[in-house]
Amino acid sequence: MTSTTPALTAPHAGPAPLVRRILLQGRYETLTMVRNGEQLILAVIMPLLALVGLTVTPLLDGLGASRVDIATPGVLALCAMSTAFTGQGIATGFDRRYGVLRFLSTTPLGRTGLIAGKIIAVLAVLVLQVLVIGAVAALLGWHPRPEGWLPGLGLLVLGAAAFTALGLLVAGTVRPEATLAITNLLWILLGALGGIVVPAERLPELAQSIVHFLPSGALGQSLRDAFLHGSVSPQYVLVLLLWTIVPGAAAVRWFKWN
Amino acid sequence: MRSPESPVLTIDGLIKDVGPLASLDGKMLRVVSGLSMFAERGQITALLGANGAGKTTTLECAQGLQKRTGGRIGLLGEDPDTAGASLRSRVGVMLQDGGLPPSARPIPLLRHIAGMYRNPLPLDGLVERLGIDTFSRTGVRRLSGGQKQRLSLAAALIGNPEVLFLDEPSAGLDPQSRQIVFELIAELRDAGMGIILTTHLMDDAQRLADYVYIIDAGHNVAEGTVAELLSHGHDAVDGVAERTLFFDAPAGLDIAAAIGDGLTITESRAGSYSIAGTLTPQHLAKLTAWWAEKGIMPASLRLEARSLEDVFLDISGRDIR
Repeated sequence: MTSTTPALTAPHAGPAPLVRRILLQGRYETLTMVRNGEQLILAVIMPLLALVGLTVTPLLDGLGASRVDIATPGVLALCAMSTAFTGQGIATGFDRRYGVLRFLSTTPLGRTGLIAGKIIAVLAVLVLQVLVIGAVAALLGWHPRPEGWLPGLGLLVLGAAAFTALGLLVAGTVRPEATLAITNLLWILLGALGGIVVPAERLPELAQSIVHFLPSGALGQSLRDAFLHGSVSPQYVLVLLLWTIVPGAAAVRWFKWN
Repeated sequence: MRSPESPVLTIDGLIKDVGPLASLDGKMLRVVSGLSMFAERGQITALLGANGAGKTTTLECAQGLQKRTGGRIGLLGEDPDTAGASLRSRVGVMLQDGGLPPSARPIPLLRHIAGMYRNPLPLDGLVERLGIDTFSRTGVRRLSGGQKQRLSLAAALIGNPEVLFLDEPSAGLDPQSRQIVFELIAELRDAGMGIILTTHLMDDAQRLADYVYIIDAGHNVAEGTVAELLSHGHDAVDGVAERTLFFDAPAGLDIAAAIGDGLTITESRAGSYSIAGTLTPQHLAKLTAWWAEKGIMPASLRLEARSLEDVFLDISGRDIR
């Protein structure tokens, strides 16, 4: 033993306050997400590509509004799906694999704090995405209805809740490699055919009948309603609520921590 | 056997079933079946057992990471299944697989964990003691096994716990790391921390533990201090414990004629002898006198105390499972 042994004891004083623990974890998870290159591609680059792509191509012509006005709400919905479902799902899946969830749940943070931290991180990244997409869309000539912002942001949070519940359900029940495959595949499928960026009326007939009941279609369509017309359809709110409650309850029931 | 004085952990009749498992036709598997133990403040208590004996499951039930099927657990007097942040702040946990995010860097990670406590240990001291400053700029993903273990230990200690759980603390440790970690653990014990560790390495238990529980097939099969266990089944009389004498000499010697009965004498291959049992100085005197008389000079000569490994194998059987 060396003579310069630093002190390794201190009076025990208990845990930091709950709010501080949750905010710390939220900040930590947010920084982890925005520092991860793949997550940034998924969260920012892909939605930006979708926005520019839909604005420069005639895909959305003839729907009664400008391309960028129709595209932007859907791209915001896509952002929620990227961050809450695919991004958070993959991160949680690998955290589970490496025992990070188990270790952190033995600290004062606990399981509740861990989940709360993840929700904060999703919301924080979502704010960044809205700022970036909103700014680029404004440059491209986006003119949202001012009264659409309040319901629009509310729907975005609800959609993020639904996709977080789904992401955690997948991450907590299958291997991380499977989570990676499932969440990426669904992101592509729902992104292309789920009524999220491309309105239902431009989809194949088979898809049209079901997208209104999917979280992607409900979020995409309701955000277009909000920002194009300033209106909110209770049907979509109900669909999003169901997609939050059912997978959320299933995640609580079946999530495996190890 | 002993009775608790100031226990940090008491486990009474722990039962844990896992499953249902497809490999058992959908039946449950009982991985812990009636395990009882306790751990004192200011002591290192070791759970010693082969892989799959139920050590990690027992620890995880005690930490509240797994819900037990039956039995009682008191961690600092509370039930770990219903414990809140206050209890968790008094307990440090080092998991077998580390539990550190691969993308994190050591210092920001420790600082983050320290933030969960009102009065954590000073980061600098811990970092220096465990030699983390030498790899503080390397991501967790690229750390060696020994570096990861030291970081995991720091993460378990940063909250200044009263109880410390270490699941296979020496796994992956190089000799230098092992020295650092063992010294620190012993020092924390002396400072009054209650330490519970699992290991399948007899050497760890022999070097560190004040009290050992030998775990086999989900329950405790023997317990005691290392000295007590070493005399297991061979009541130590007047401090004479069991030893084995090994030597190489010409083949076919009649050793029993020289030193008498009461010892186990084997010639495992021609000229390679072992004499096991409660060897006394008189036995050695007789043997060497006999060699002198016969003009025999052994090619090698070695005396070994009974090791914890022998005890363990005697108790839990030598079959490979």
